[in-house]
Amino acid sequence: MAATDAQTSLRHAFGNVLAFFILILIGVLAFSIRLFSVIKYESVIHEFDPYFNYRVTQFLTKNGIYDFWNWFDDRTWYPLGRVIGGTVYPGLTLTAGTLWWILNSLNIPLSVETVCVFTAPIFSAFASWATYLLTKEVKGPGAGLTAAVLLAMVPSYISRSVAGSYDNEAVAIFALIFTFYLYIKTLNTGSLFYATLNSIAYFYMVCSWGGYTFIINLIPMHALLCIVTGRYSSRLYIAYAPLIVLGTLLAALVPVVGFNAVMTSEHFASFLVFILIHVVALVYYIKGILSPKMFKVAVALVVSGGLAVCFAMIAVLVAMVASSPTMGWSGRSLSLLDPTYASKYIPIIASVSEHQPPTWPSYFMDINVLAFLVPAGIIACFSPLSDASSFVILYIVTSVYFSGVMVRLMLVLAPAACILSGIALSQAFDVFTRSIKLQLPSLSIDSPVDAGDGSSESVVPDDTVKTDKTEDTQKERTSKKSRSRKSSSESVEKPSSKSQIKKRLSVLPLETSIIAIVLLVLLGAFYVVHSVWAAAEAYSAPSIVLTSHSHDGLHVFDDFREAYAWLSHNTEVDDKVASWWDYGYQTTAMANRTVIVDNNTWNNTHIATVGTAMSSPEKAAWEIFHSLDVKYVLVVFGGLVGYPSDDINKFLWMVRIGGGVFPHIKEPDYLRDGQYRIDNMATPTMLNCLIFVETDGKAFDRVRRTEIGKKHFKLTHFEEVFTTHHWMVRIYKLKPPKNRIRGKTKKSKSKANPKTVSKRKELKRNPF
Amino acid sequence: MVRSTTKDAQDLIRALWSAYSATPTNLKIIDHYVAFAVFTALIQVVYVALVGTFPFNSFLSGVLSCVGTAVLAVSLRIQLNKENKEFKDIAPERAFADFVLCNVVLHLVIMNFLG
Repeated sequence: MAATDAQTSLRHAFGNVLAFFILILIGVLAFSIRLFSVIKYESVIHEFDPYFNYRVTQFLTKNGIYDFWNWFDDRTWYPLGRVIGGTVYPGLTLTAGTLWWILNSLNIPLSVETVCVFTAPIFSAFASWATYLLTKEVKGPGAGLTAAVLLAMVPSYISRSVAGSYDNEAVAIFALIFTFYLYIKTLNTGSLFYATLNSIAYFYMVCSWGGYTFIINLIPMHALLCIVTGRYSSRLYIAYAPLIVLGTLLAALVPVVGFNAVMTSEHFASFLVFILIHVVALVYYIKGILSPKMFKVAVALVVSGGLAVCFAMIAVLVAMVASSPTMGWSGRSLSLLDPTYASKYIPIIASVSEHQPPTWPSYFMDINVLAFLVPAGIIACFSPLSDASSFVILYIVTSVYFSGVMVRLMLVLAPAACILSGIALSQAFDVFTRSIKLQLPSLSIDSPVDAGDGSSESVVPDDTVKTDKTEDTQKERTSKKSRSRKSSSESVEKPSSKSQIKKRLSVLPLETSIIAIVLLVLLGAFYVVHSVWAAAEAYSAPSIVLTSHSHDGLHVFDDFREAYAWLSHNTEVDDKVASWWDYGYQTTAMANRTVIVDNNTWNNTHIATVGTAMSSPEKAAWEIFHSLDVKYVLVVFGGLVGYPSDDINKFLWMVRIGGGVFPHIKEPDYLRDGQYRIDNMATPTMLNCLIFVETDGKAFDRVRRTEIGKKHFKLTHFEEVFTTHHWMVRIYKLKPPKNRIRGKTKKSKSKANPKTVSKRKELKRNPF
Repeated sequence: MVRSTTKDAQDLIRALWSAYSATPTNLKIIDHYVAFAVFTALIQVVYVALVGTFPFNSFLSGVLSCVGTAVLAVSLRIQLNKENKEFKDIAPERAFADFVLCNVVLHLVIMNFLG
């Protein structure tokens, strides 16, 4: 017996060490696969939003945390300004700032930009370790390792966390998975220590991302599901109630959330279930101390009396909620619950490309093979069903719904898909390897010896595996770290008479198992190949630098940075630059000039003003910009090089958003027969508006593949000051207002001096 | 009907009382603590109804601190109750240590939020 014990513990030790090294390798893999953008382009911050985060981090590292909390930024949203301390989710910038500070105090002089660029890959390694921990709580270490490997490479997560994508999701996904892991761990162990850690992890999540409302609604839903399906236990109470109290307090601490933590509908679900769980706990307690007859009496009394009180309270609550026009939900949450809401009421949310619903191909692009492993995982979770696996099932169902609403939320689907696919793959490998092991004659001699180490798994009778006494097995599994369940210990721990039944249930023919294992490995290979391809080709573009391959080599289009550098060198520090809101963050961060609107899009009217100006004829546009103190206007034109996301393609959104606030801008004025054209068939309004006039260039537009409708006109109120190398960014300066104003006074002047008559005639010919 | 209902109610209350008196003393102490915390929260709510919610963060932090300690005390009671089979392998010292840790975190947050 001692020999088998030693063998068992040796095996466990070996398994633990192996799992540890595998986890290290997974972390390295997750980090390295995201480095393609640094290798192919350079270590630069990508896209638009990360530039804002980078600027905030620069400010934090330069000025310290108190100035950061109290920062009022006057270089954006001119003339309104923006309270940065109160409107930004500080988690990401504080994390990167802390990392930079630690490294610098250890005398490793990395620049802020380097730390910002590499924050996302580091936290993706952490996220895969968190996935291992979470899936280990649900099913065991084998499933955990599989899920971790899948998450390290899933293209959907890579797309938002490449090196350089310094956005909230980089740390938020790690915080999400870690919070879920701690919740499941508390649910499995019932320890208040993990409940405290859970609340702290939830606080980190609230600091990092607006998507924390997903957590604070999913956990109450799961608690409700457990109560309704009769799986209430005191561990559920310990897991849920302290999280809600501490979590609400901690969420209210973050300035962005503030009192919204108790006043908006996003949080009401948690309070309702909080009250409900107390009622249920009380009921169970009374049931425990009373005899059954008295309990029936109690139920009858309470039902008659308490229901009236309940209805009154619910009526008050409903009246309060219904009195607000959006029923207490914020605009963004409503657009998630009702996918058509944004297009009807909030055009700005509808215009963002990552808020559109995804297409079917994007599911296969983003989660690839996992898309059809997920249903297998759901079935595997049902056998046996435990609290943890019911949570994972709920998570995948809700995240599939939300990912169908907005393509950006496929990111929330990715961890759930990886967990379930990991469970499915691990179970499949289990069955196949067990079949092989039971059928290989040489190994069957060892089976009585293996029965000894089944004692460490605790002799579980056959029938209870299939029922929901899985709390015991879960606890044994968590208290003893067993190696991956590829070993046949699970099957042979039962007495050999029962192994006959087991054999009939889940042993497959030898050849089938071998072929199936080979096929599964091939599946994994396809997944890996696709993920690496997606990371290298599809998701590594920094979008501030563009490349194209032609017959004479690689062309690099660095026009954006060229334009911003021109702005920062050739304009005054206080000059205001107007452009469409997409470029606001980049302009403030790289050109260091004040902008009118930027990507934060919190003020619809201000954006509508800029949109109206872009859609109006020159003089009206000049008036609007002059009233905003604008000196320079920046437009993006892709017609020469074929860059498809330029301002002409975004123009209809400018019209819609402007028309939403200023009714004289009507979308049909710009369309000919309902079609959007810029060639000679375009409407006069279209041909005269500012955006069109400013982005004209060569006669042929490569993006729209038409000839420009109006060539050879002169600008009267704006003058062009800079155009980049590939004509992608064009900067115009507002001409100063005229000293003399044409009008009726000219007649009196002409009587006085004949010279002015000729001057007036000249003036008429030359508009300025 | 009414007569039997009141008689039932009296029987019920008597049964509850006798069953409750059988609980050990340490659990009763925790129950008194929970009752005290809830009562304090109620006083605060009445006060806010009278005076208005002006420093709302103070009200929130006060009420949530009462509710929080009540919840944590109930969790401690669950873990210390010998009749709960799921918790038989948690030592009472460990349960109390967890309780203290959670309270420390809770009160740190409260002090920060109190304004």
